[in-house]
Amino acid sequence: MASAYTPGLKIVSKTLVEKDRKLPLLGEVRVKKGDKVKAESVVASTNLPGNVFMVNIANLLSIEPHEIKDFLKKKEGDRVEKDDIIAETTGFFGFFKSCVRSPIKGSIENLSTATGQAVLREPPIPVEVHAYVDGEIDDIYPNEGVKIKTTATYIQGIFGIGGEVTGLLEVVSSSPDAVLEKDDIKPVHAGKIIVGGSLVTAEALQKAIDVGVRGVIVGGYDAHDLKEFLGYDLGVAITGTEEKGITLVVTEGFGKIQMAHKTYELLKAAEGMKTSINGATQIRAGVIRPEVIIPLIVEAHDEQVHQGNNGMLVGTSVRIIRQPHFGEVAKVVNLPEKPVVIESEAKVRVVDIETTSGLKLTLPRANVEIIEE
Amino acid sequence: MSKTEITSILATDCGSTTTKAILIEKRDNVFRLVVRGEAPTTVEAPVEDVTQGVLNAVSEVQELAGRQILTDDGKAIIKPIKDGKGVDLYVSTSSAGGGLQMMVSGVVKTMSGESATRAALGAGAIVMDVLATNDGRLPHQKIQRIRHLRPDMILLSGGVDGGTKSHVIALAEIIAAASPKARLGAGYELPVLYAGNKDAQAEIKETLGTKVALDITDNLRPSMESENLMPTRQKIQHLFLEHVMSHAPGYPHLMELTDEDIMPTPGAVGDIMQLISRKKGLTVVGADIGGATTDVFSVFQGIYNKSVSANYGMSYSISNVFAEAGLENIMRWVPFEMDERDLRNRVKNKMIRPTTIPYLLEELMVEQACAREALRLSFDQHRSLAVGLKGIQQERTIGDVFEQTMTGETLVNLKDLNMLIGSGGVLSHAPRRQQTAMMLIDSFLPEGLTQLTVDSIFMMPQLGVLAKVHEEAALSVFERDCLIYLGTCVAPTGIVKKTGEAVLDYVLTKQNGDVLKGTVNGGELNVVKLAVGETAKIVIHPKRHYDMGNGPGKDFEGEVSGGIVGLIFDTRGRPFKFPTDNAERVKLVKSWYKALDLYPGL
Repeated sequence: MASAYTPGLKIVSKTLVEKDRKLPLLGEVRVKKGDKVKAESVVASTNLPGNVFMVNIANLLSIEPHEIKDFLKKKEGDRVEKDDIIAETTGFFGFFKSCVRSPIKGSIENLSTATGQAVLREPPIPVEVHAYVDGEIDDIYPNEGVKIKTTATYIQGIFGIGGEVTGLLEVVSSSPDAVLEKDDIKPVHAGKIIVGGSLVTAEALQKAIDVGVRGVIVGGYDAHDLKEFLGYDLGVAITGTEEKGITLVVTEGFGKIQMAHKTYELLKAAEGMKTSINGATQIRAGVIRPEVIIPLIVEAHDEQVHQGNNGMLVGTSVRIIRQPHFGEVAKVVNLPEKPVVIESEAKVRVVDIETTSGLKLTLPRANVEIIEE
Repeated sequence: MSKTEITSILATDCGSTTTKAILIEKRDNVFRLVVRGEAPTTVEAPVEDVTQGVLNAVSEVQELAGRQILTDDGKAIIKPIKDGKGVDLYVSTSSAGGGLQMMVSGVVKTMSGESATRAALGAGAIVMDVLATNDGRLPHQKIQRIRHLRPDMILLSGGVDGGTKSHVIALAEIIAAASPKARLGAGYELPVLYAGNKDAQAEIKETLGTKVALDITDNLRPSMESENLMPTRQKIQHLFLEHVMSHAPGYPHLMELTDEDIMPTPGAVGDIMQLISRKKGLTVVGADIGGATTDVFSVFQGIYNKSVSANYGMSYSISNVFAEAGLENIMRWVPFEMDERDLRNRVKNKMIRPTTIPYLLEELMVEQACAREALRLSFDQHRSLAVGLKGIQQERTIGDVFEQTMTGETLVNLKDLNMLIGSGGVLSHAPRRQQTAMMLIDSFLPEGLTQLTVDSIFMMPQLGVLAKVHEEAALSVFERDCLIYLGTCVAPTGIVKKTGEAVLDYVLTKQNGDVLKGTVNGGELNVVKLAVGETAKIVIHPKRHYDMGNGPGKDFEGEVSGGIVGLIFDTRGRPFKFPTDNAERVKLVKSWYKALDLYPGL
């Protein structure tokens, strides 16, 4: 039987989600294997080395680099307070001394007689890693972090803004093609993650921030509004560190695009449940897509847990991801082997599909994505 | 297996968006391309293993060639060929996962800093930043920058042999203080290559030896007047394989499958471009426009230069092209009006779903407009990088007094350019070859006579790596199946003051004795058919203010080569401007596209 590989976003009602939660540097793991954790729990912590300052002692004392050792008042590893003297000349009969003072509170990391420089480091910065999702500690990476597992509804978005947030889920738009407007957002949505339909308007997103909504999940977002919202035209899709007071997960793309029925129904079914979302997107080296994780309360991981992508076959559900008919859902009818000439005159491998409204189309295979079921 | 026994070769290129596979076979004693297959590159979860994309592309090759190449479980390549199954040799290049991302450092930004940049680029790397003693940043800012960027590798250079050591040691101290971590694989040390003053090697070892994976090679700028980039380039490629690739998702597996080392894609394309220049004795500019990056190569005065524009490309980086070039510059090439909001959404949707292809004709036109701008911006960057050595003393005679040039002038002179080579999906796979010719002309604005060529199906990377192990096969396929001759562009310099006024008269004498005469007017494009393999003598009489290379209004004689498109007279002027009135612009752009029969229904 003909089949083809095509990438697709993961949208599954129940799957085993595993999350590595690692420190940026080695540190201390604060939980043990088998522990049940909440999204807010601290699972590992460490101290990041402080910022480094360099002071050129030789220049400041007008001496040769190799001479600095004769004038040092501190040695490598010593702690210093701001304005402590690091090096000092003997002066003339004790007068007219020149000295070099520490610009920071911290420690002396290195003293170089080759360049005459001192490297000073500020005190360490504490860093904590949270669990991010409710679940169970599945594995420990000694001094690095943990692996958390949870059975959850899992939805990958296509693009997002903002980092990890957690809150109770509320579906605000009445249907997957409804636009999330300013008036839809109420003070009761504070602290929640809300769900819209085909688009969130710029005004609605601003109101969501104003009332304290933690996150928005929506089908589409206008690229022009994104530019206005960020204050710059996003060139390369690397996001997640924006501090806009909200996390946005876009499930379909830019513009007004109806949220996939399946996505909407899954979110609707999970209304009121604790949900973790992350808008971080990196569409290049080691691609990262935004995600929605809704942990399910189940004692054991049952056999329905979803695994893997089996490629595109006749009968596979797909979504059209480029004009014409962008956003529509269809079933694969046929996978012709030979390349076909399309309207733009490009000769490409195609797929025959039938949309839910009964429309029969032949499109490039690259312009559809599998909807995992 | 000896080279003479090899009859079937599989070569792949793992691009950032698409993995391309080609099958080459020896038939009637000649190596020819048989089929080509492709599949999306698999660096995205849940697969996150580049090998899967390779196997998918090979499986398409299998299907099209009608014979088995992969093992029954589809997880490996059958080698050597047996009973018509499998291949004898498998090689690959890769730029997936963002390619090789480097930081370079030199004492003086415009001297050793630039030499280090050229060395890194020549090895196929993307240069993320250049650290220099005089770059205006404070030490702690440099340290933060190193930590933030997390490069795959750092190249440290600076100081001429026998010169002062303290500056380069100070740079090493900054790198040591940053204690940089590698981008891929938390558990391994970051490779740092030292290619500076040889007298400082002991101090560099002392400063960096215990903190990073330090490697030392010859000084890349041993004296002010000379560069010695090859040892550094070779070391970079070696370290790339040993340290970086082995930690990228799926590469250890891919490395097991290949018979030769995996090469960075731009390095392989650069090798092929140099080979063309050397074999044909031509000055060459080549461009490889990919999904994430655009690489530009040039050989002028026998000097090879390469630049990588890391954020200009047709999928992952298309939104950046849009942001940098601006809406107006993109839309000037589009012969219809579009709603700005709609256009922005379409561009961003391409960025987030990089593997999609334009189905509608209008979408193809917009993508080709973006390609023109991506190529133009990349070529501007290339020109500023392909320069002579800075900081050297020049000898001048009294005759040079009125024609003084600065050191570090660009080597790229379009009037001296013989051949323009295009490669990359948008150029190689344009539905009509005229579109490729037009994109090359519009973005590079060649002057005088310039031959236009394109990589037929985007296989230069694979041939570049193949040339390392089987030059005969690579050259055979290159000559017969890879390089497509589009034609020759005839473009005088000079500004067109009035559309429609005569710019030049020409007399074209074909090999069969046919003589064609004509006049070409300002603001126009004209095509004269001249078939592939045909050459003709041309005599051009440019009007006053227009220059074909011999001076304004001076006659010019030369030889032109034919191609699929033919001889293209571009008398739009250099530089040329678009009308400010939109309706007039649309009319003019349509007339150009019509002259070349660029799109259906115009």
